[in-house]
Amino acid sequence: MIAERGTRVINLVQAVNEALDLALERDPRVVLFGEDVGRMGGVFRASDGLQPKYGERRVFDTPLAESAIVGFAIGMAMAGLRPVAEIQFAGFLYPALDQILSHLGRMRHRTRGRFTIPLVIRAPYGGGVKTPEQHADSPEAILCHVPGVKVVIPSSPERAKGLLLAAIEDPDPVFFLEAIKLYRGVKAEVPEGYYTLPLGKARVVREGSAASLIAYGGMVEVCQKAAEVAAREGVELEVIDVETLVPLDTPTLVESVAKTGRAVVVYEAMRTGGFGAEIAARLAEEALDYLQAPVVRVAGWDAPYPPFSAVEHYYRPDVKRVLEAVRRVLSH
Amino acid sequence: MEIIRYLEDDGTPQRDLPFLPEELLLGYRALRRARHFDERALVLQRQGRLGVYPPFRGQEAAQVGVALCLEPARDWLLPSYRETAAAITFGMPLSKLILSWRADPAGWGAPPEVNMVQFYIPIATQVPQAAGVAHALRLQGKEAVAAVFIGDGGTSEGDFHEGLNFASVFDAPLLVVVQNNGWAISVPTQKQMKVQRIALKAQGYGIPGVTVDGNDLVAVWAVAREAVARARAGEGPTLIEALTYRVAPHTSSDDPGRYRSEDEAEAWKKRDPIDRMRGCLVHLGLWDDEKEKALEEELEAEFLAAVEEADRVSEPRPWEIVEQVYAELQPDQRAAWNYLHGGEA
Ligand SMILES: Cc1ncc(C[n+]2csc(CCOP(=O)(O)OP(=O)(O)O)c2C)c(N)n1
Repeated sequence: MIAERGTRVINLVQAVNEALDLALERDPRVVLFGEDVGRMGGVFRASDGLQPKYGERRVFDTPLAESAIVGFAIGMAMAGLRPVAEIQFAGFLYPALDQILSHLGRMRHRTRGRFTIPLVIRAPYGGGVKTPEQHADSPEAILCHVPGVKVVIPSSPERAKGLLLAAIEDPDPVFFLEAIKLYRGVKAEVPEGYYTLPLGKARVVREGSAASLIAYGGMVEVCQKAAEVAAREGVELEVIDVETLVPLDTPTLVESVAKTGRAVVVYEAMRTGGFGAEIAARLAEEALDYLQAPVVRVAGWDAPYPPFSAVEHYYRPDVKRVLEAVRRVLSH
Repeated sequence: MEIIRYLEDDGTPQRDLPFLPEELLLGYRALRRARHFDERALVLQRQGRLGVYPPFRGQEAAQVGVALCLEPARDWLLPSYRETAAAITFGMPLSKLILSWRADPAGWGAPPEVNMVQFYIPIATQVPQAAGVAHALRLQGKEAVAAVFIGDGGTSEGDFHEGLNFASVFDAPLLVVVQNNGWAISVPTQKQMKVQRIALKAQGYGIPGVTVDGNDLVAVWAVAREAVARARAGEGPTLIEALTYRVAPHTSSDDPGRYRSEDEAEAWKKRDPIDRMRGCLVHLGLWDDEKEKALEEELEAEFLAAVEEADRVSEPRPWEIVEQVYAELQPDQRAAWNYLHGGEA
């Protein structure tokens, strides 16, 4: 489907911008809003140029209040629109957690399907670009613990565009987290025009037989680099991009481990209770017979993401730490 | 600040009433219907045929007066657990409400022709949502309004303020109705806020705020009618504070004897919204004991039929737990669904 189209090399934030543009163009119910998304086009320019094109009724700035942004979006979705709300940084989702936990995920359930929330909440997350406090948080595990929502984290421009369009079409609320480091840090060929990629699927981004590196978002790039380094030493690592955290495509993960017998899970949120723990637990439940070593996690330390930029790279998992973990699982 | 009233405590009109006689009769009937449900629901609760139930006795006029101005298929109602009276008047079937307070999911979904969201349990969360509903209605060119109810205690929550701010900035067609019943469980209004009148908070958002005698149906109805007209005309939200009192306990499991005096409740009973409205009708020569008796019989028959209807609905089945979580069953829910059907997990 995608191969037949023309492509251009763009970065991830441009891909997001294209997806938003196409969604607004295609479906008059789509509305875009958040702090600074209108006139300014968003702090990362994800909605650049969209307010002039679609007008202030479709693309607008809101007052500065995250709980209200999410609550407002819930109401708009219930009343027939398809809101795409931006939270400026995922670390500022916390004031909206009440709306998210109390209603976003359970409105369909608590009204037995009478009212549903076809809504997307986008937020930049993650470290690696020397941001101030709270701006580099990775709160995906908190969101994954909310019943009734979906959580998607793309790792490339091409995936981001297709997944975001799928998220906007999806009948359920979707959190769409975009790694800040990838916004301008990666460029890739992206198909032109409208296309969607299925939610709920993990994908093999590099095949290998020695061990499986399982990651999502900004950590996929790190794992790919680690796999390249290992390959030079003759160790072929498989890299899996989880892509949709909820609902999780466990079969693809199990299949990979059935082949490699070893797994390293990489994520940049703090280790305890992080989403990597969920992946490790699922592998323990469903892939134990294949495992030749315990599943090892490489994650952020159990500390707030450091606002002191001189040492922040010690927090975020890097190629070195991933390869150390690979050595551990291989030596078992 | 003025407290808007139309009726004396005994129901004697203080001034010309802005409603026709047949409207007043309709309003009284709606009050009595709500009261009847509340009384009978408490009996059901004591018989173990209802779950925890939050009664509203004393607050009928504050809720009914607003709901009388709304059209269920056009407008929207986002109530807290306290607003069963508003729900009844808005058009929710009684059987659904019984099921709802029976904690049966069959009562959770409003019928398609009634835009009522299931009662909200967390305090104040529905205010920004109601602002969003109202704004969406406006964007879609529907001349419709949303009404959201909240208690005096709920105005302390951030969402109350964030929702009001959003509604005012976007000129959303919204009615924010605060039922100031003096108490948030055991905490009196004076310990909840420093301000004397909740309606004053509207000034902080640049929108109209009115305080109305919440036990005076005519007053609440008139104020709400005006607010709905303004909202439909694109003039934005209104904050309505209804001064009232919940004569009944906070919920069927609460013991108000631990925190408030019986004298206080007794004093408010003398200003009962239903006696007052009846006094008004009698004063106008529109009502008598015979009509009252006929109404009572009619309401009882309606209630019994609703209970029968609710009883006919079978208990929720275990697999309903994982239904309606997503539009389609996802792998984890599918596995649970199979298990709850008696299969393998
Ligand atoms: C967020 C939240 N905190 C606490 C509660 C527990 N709670 C239920 S009712 C209530 C008091 C509410 O008082 P008020 O808003 O005045 O409404 P009323 O019950 O008097 O109608 C409290 C604290 C809750 N439901 N939600």
